[in-house]
Amino acid sequence: MIAREALHHIVYDWVITPGRIIMRNKKALIGFIITLGYVLMAVIGPEVTPYPESYKYPKYIKPTIFKWPPSLEHPLGTDYFGADIWSKIVWGSRTVLIIAFTAGFITTLIGITVGMTAGFAGGRLDAVLMGVTDILMTIPGLPLLIVLATIIRTSNPIVIGLMLSVNAWTGLARSIRSAVLALKNTEFVEAARALGLPTWHIVFREIMPNLMSFIAVNFIFATIGAIYGSVGLYFLGVLPFTEFNWGIMLNMAYSQAGAHHSIETMHYILAPIAAIVGLQLGLLLFSYAIDEIFNPRIRTEIS
Amino acid sequence: MKWIYKRIILALLTIYFAMTFTFIVIKSMPGNPIQALAQQFVRQYYMNYEEALALAMSVAPFVPKGSLLEQYFSYMMKFLRGDLGVSISVSTGTPVVDILADAIPWTVLVIATALIISFGLGTLIGMAMAYKHGSKLDSILLTVFSILRSVPEYIVAILLLSILGFQLGWFPVRGRYDYEALQLLREGHILPFIANVLWHATLPILAWVITHIGGWALGMRGSTISVLGEDYISYAKARGVPERRIITRYVGRNAILPLFTSFMLSLGFMFGGSIIIEYIFSYQGVGLILYQAIVSRDWFLMLGAFNIIIIAVVIGAFLADLLYGLLDPRVRRGGETL
Repeated sequence: MIAREALHHIVYDWVITPGRIIMRNKKALIGFIITLGYVLMAVIGPEVTPYPESYKYPKYIKPTIFKWPPSLEHPLGTDYFGADIWSKIVWGSRTVLIIAFTAGFITTLIGITVGMTAGFAGGRLDAVLMGVTDILMTIPGLPLLIVLATIIRTSNPIVIGLMLSVNAWTGLARSIRSAVLALKNTEFVEAARALGLPTWHIVFREIMPNLMSFIAVNFIFATIGAIYGSVGLYFLGVLPFTEFNWGIMLNMAYSQAGAHHSIETMHYILAPIAAIVGLQLGLLLFSYAIDEIFNPRIRTEIS
Repeated sequence: MKWIYKRIILALLTIYFAMTFTFIVIKSMPGNPIQALAQQFVRQYYMNYEEALALAMSVAPFVPKGSLLEQYFSYMMKFLRGDLGVSISVSTGTPVVDILADAIPWTVLVIATALIISFGLGTLIGMAMAYKHGSKLDSILLTVFSILRSVPEYIVAILLLSILGFQLGWFPVRGRYDYEALQLLREGHILPFIANVLWHATLPILAWVITHIGGWALGMRGSTISVLGEDYISYAKARGVPERRIITRYVGRNAILPLFTSFMLSLGFMFGGSIIIEYIFSYQGVGLILYQAIVSRDWFLMLGAFNIIIIAVVIGAFLADLLYGLLDPRVRRGGETL
């Protein structure tokens, strides 16, 4: 009986209320659908789409979806290597998303840990942690990533994701610390202290819920930032080209095929651009919903 | 005044540690400048690797020697005296200081112009949006700016280059200026040269402005809306302070304060981001120099470029703190800084 009730609560808290909030906000709904579409593309896409083999078709076939009658033979055309562009987009989505979500998750995790510790501990530990944060903040991010990429030389999406978090967490850590310092002196935290509740209780039960919406939105921003960084690194050609990635397509279209200066090959560079912009946009719109889902005031209004 | 000394010491420490960290990271890169140079010779002159290596050693006798610790101390000591070493890849033997001094003004020209335009326009539009918030125009702009903000600037740069540069041919597609313009400058025609330079800088500036204006507008919109709800605004209105004065002195000034710190930090971020923008437009600024230095393992040039950016960022943050104190009388110096 209790188990059923708990299950009911979980379903209500994590499915029904967020669902209602998303349905209520048109922008968030669009964002959610786009993001879900990309996730599905990454998860099942490569299983149902043929492997993008090179030299299989003629070069630069025009997108057939814009022809009359439209056809799905090469919906986005073929590229410089005579490979189907749509297959490359689908196969690339998996690595792009793994990199982005790994980096988003690790960045947020480090940001919370450092920010919370600094805010709570205060004193010397706070000074040291914020000093380290400031130092990493001053080193130019993208150039540092390029150097790290040549040191690590990996095409494993998870390792790339970890690499991208190296100094992405600094801004979040600083804001979390400020928020903790502000919350530390609120009445409910002082009351919890006076009651002699353990620190973990204060951190996870009193302070975290107040920061959840902020943290969730920053997770999305970290993900968006990781897409910016990883695609940029692939575009510059500093990561090994062994996996499929939209950044590699951008690089090839730009540097090998000169796709940006001839109308004939324009579709080759527009495909990865559309894929990247669409994903960034979907995540950004989705972040509006996330903000509301974790906002206790809006939650109570809904349920 | 005690606050300022503390802040200066903190800034110097940050620079020192950031430089040290960068030194360690760069020294752990695989390969060295001689190998990179040798490989370049192999590609260029079809030599075999041993010959190329010998040639590389003879033309570039500047490779740092000694243990890592010795190299570190010697680099730091020389850096203090303004000696940043010599380049190995970009015309071998040129002092790094000269290369950077040639490149920095161009990068600053692009990013400072872009930052001023996007900040100025963005805050103005953001304020207007806040006054009209809830209106149709506001919601359209909100969507447009959200979209623009989520697009990486290198994507916009590629699109601008291909459409306005290659397809329509309205703007030059590479470089800082045309050779003919330089000839004109030598003959004493300054204005045509400046026009040519600005014409070349337009697309890179535009790429930054398009992707950054949204962030400033949305930030200013939020900040203005919260200021508009303050009691002192209602009070000023009740006292009959002229509307124009309220908008500029009361609302504008207070709303812009929170954006000020990010303005200074943006400069540093844009210095780093200019690596891709300058690569796309083949624009010989710090970013492109840094990219070439990394690819050819040109240690001194890399360190020099990194360290210049680090120092610029720290000074920017320092100035932001100073000015913030001057602009906002509420800031308590020496107190708890959030």
